[in-house]
Amino acid sequence: MLRLVGQRLLLLIPLLLGLSVLLFAWVRALPGGPVTAMLGERYTPEAAAAIEAEMGLDQPLIVQYGKYLLRLLQGDFGTSLRSGRPVLEEFVNRFPATIELTVVALIFAIGVGIPLGYLAARRAGTVVDHTAVVVSLIGVTVPVFFLAFILKYIFAVELGWFPTSGRMSPTMEATHPTNFYVLDGILTAEWDAAWDALVHLILPGIALGTIPLAIIARMTRAAVSEVQNADYVRTARAKGIKPARLRTEHILRNAMLPVLTTIGLQVGLLLSGAVLTETVFAFSGIGSFLAEAVFNADYPVLQGFVLLIAVTYALVNLLVDVSYGLIDPRLRRQQ
Amino acid sequence: MSANELPPTSGAEGAATAPLHEPASIHGDDGGTGGADHSGEGVWTRAWRTLRRNPVAIAGFAIVAVFVLVALLAPLIAPYGPHELPGRTDVRPTYIPGPSAEYWLGVDRYGGDVFSKLIWGARASLLVGVVSTLFGLTGGMLLGLLAGWFGGWADFGAMRLVDLMLSVPSLLLAVSIAAIAGQSQMSVIVAIGVVQVPIFARLLRGSMLAQRGQDYVLAASALGLTRRSVTMSHVLPNSVGPVIVQATLTLATAVIEAAALSFLGLGGGEPSTAEWGRMLTAAQQELAVAPRLAILPGVCIAITALGFTLVGESLREALDPRNRTRR
Repeated sequence: MLRLVGQRLLLLIPLLLGLSVLLFAWVRALPGGPVTAMLGERYTPEAAAAIEAEMGLDQPLIVQYGKYLLRLLQGDFGTSLRSGRPVLEEFVNRFPATIELTVVALIFAIGVGIPLGYLAARRAGTVVDHTAVVVSLIGVTVPVFFLAFILKYIFAVELGWFPTSGRMSPTMEATHPTNFYVLDGILTAEWDAAWDALVHLILPGIALGTIPLAIIARMTRAAVSEVQNADYVRTARAKGIKPARLRTEHILRNAMLPVLTTIGLQVGLLLSGAVLTETVFAFSGIGSFLAEAVFNADYPVLQGFVLLIAVTYALVNLLVDVSYGLIDPRLRRQQ
Repeated sequence: MSANELPPTSGAEGAATAPLHEPASIHGDDGGTGGADHSGEGVWTRAWRTLRRNPVAIAGFAIVAVFVLVALLAPLIAPYGPHELPGRTDVRPTYIPGPSAEYWLGVDRYGGDVFSKLIWGARASLLVGVVSTLFGLTGGMLLGLLAGWFGGWADFGAMRLVDLMLSVPSLLLAVSIAAIAGQSQMSVIVAIGVVQVPIFARLLRGSMLAQRGQDYVLAASALGLTRRSVTMSHVLPNSVGPVIVQATLTLATAVIEAAALSFLGLGGGEPSTAEWGRMLTAAQQELAVAPRLAILPGVCIAITALGFTLVGESLREALDPRNRTRR
């Protein structure tokens, strides 16, 4: 198992190197050139000279790339044009918010998607099945941010059940040791703060979770339809095994492998969707910060965040691959 | 964000996969062939016959047809031009006129006729969807062909490039590309097109690899056909099925992604541009005053995406060899 993780981590290196080359070229392809990209439209000659020296712009490209790579390895991802703070710091500060949001979205997607897909397959052709079809169609055809608008309009603006924006009510006083607001509230026993943060996560979480929900439901339905007709399921049933055991141990567990892969792949979608959802709900995670960076042409932020998000995405998929072994003993033996 | 990450198994239409205890033929889409053996006909003829009998496919085609017609005939249907703001004088800071005889769906904050703008928006979406899909399709086919034809190093190189592009979430990739290309509709098209390239490339390569081991390829080679003609006239035509399906689904994705990029301010042009994504974005401020301004373009995007998705999914089903043997 450890060897597998090690191998996969090694495979990440060429990928990240390739990505760094692309981003290096990207900064140089931006309109206005690298100096404008790193300093914004208005910059003083001194600042320009400083950044030129730092990036080594008068030196050969290979040297410039070397310097860039060295800075990346030292954790220097540049400085945000808007806030003036290091990009890495901005990322680290906001990432917990996005993690909270994606976790809520995934819980919603998995919690509804798997049972829905399972029931749809077991009762094919019934109302449940048709509901699953409609839900999955809505999930893939309605733009995330439109859904976010609608949820916000109905449940926050009209009905007033949920807050319209932010991570926490402005009046709420709370300490934030970890920046995971819900977790902070629990750790410091500030239950009202934890609850308040959780309530702020519900609508954006549902909006963000709808696409993965649709895809997970579809995948579960397909996997369960296939597994439930397998010979070993029929054999198990013929042996007179309890329906509950048949359901969990024979059908669900075997159907979960493709579903798990799908869930891993959703993380990319979730991070894309977070950019839109967080913007609609003025939720200060990495997504809304990225959207602002795009809006303000804050290229150092865009460059750094793309790299950091790609690393996150790759690590999550590694985790998913490793967890196959936990679900499927056959794969464990191969590894 | 995109329909392209949908798993290839099973249809969204419910009636598609056969349930446990019933014969598959009671379902509209695989039924009606009367059990007759049409084994002599081509894959596409058969697919077409299946599609014609599938109500889901017909619904999809109908939506797409209406969308394309509206887009093409926009100058004839729309009461006002795409840049006209006929209701400009009627809009007050606190009041946006609703539907009336003059403006069927009311006006927006800029004084544009919403009905006309929705119609012109269809045209913009069709343009973005078709051009960016063609872009992605061409790029992906070239890359996939390169990999599937030469194998070895070309395959390795092409696939690492694909991995690289897929390692960045699609919207971020699109945003990065649009940042280089500047703020315009063209850059949105290019961005969405480029994002699709790795998906098409991987799909075509996989499909070609699956074909390469088939007996008919061996037979063609044994008959002395050159590698080029084996690839071009045998392997490629038999590998494009999944690619065509994906292209149809991509049309849906492109419409949605174009709206997302507009939402992020990458579309360029005036905020009053007659484009669904832009209209939706502009309506955000008036959500409480005039929700219709957000709902109408949103519904247009969703219905269009639905049309292409239904067509794509039914096509996938019709082309799926597993469904062929089942009846």
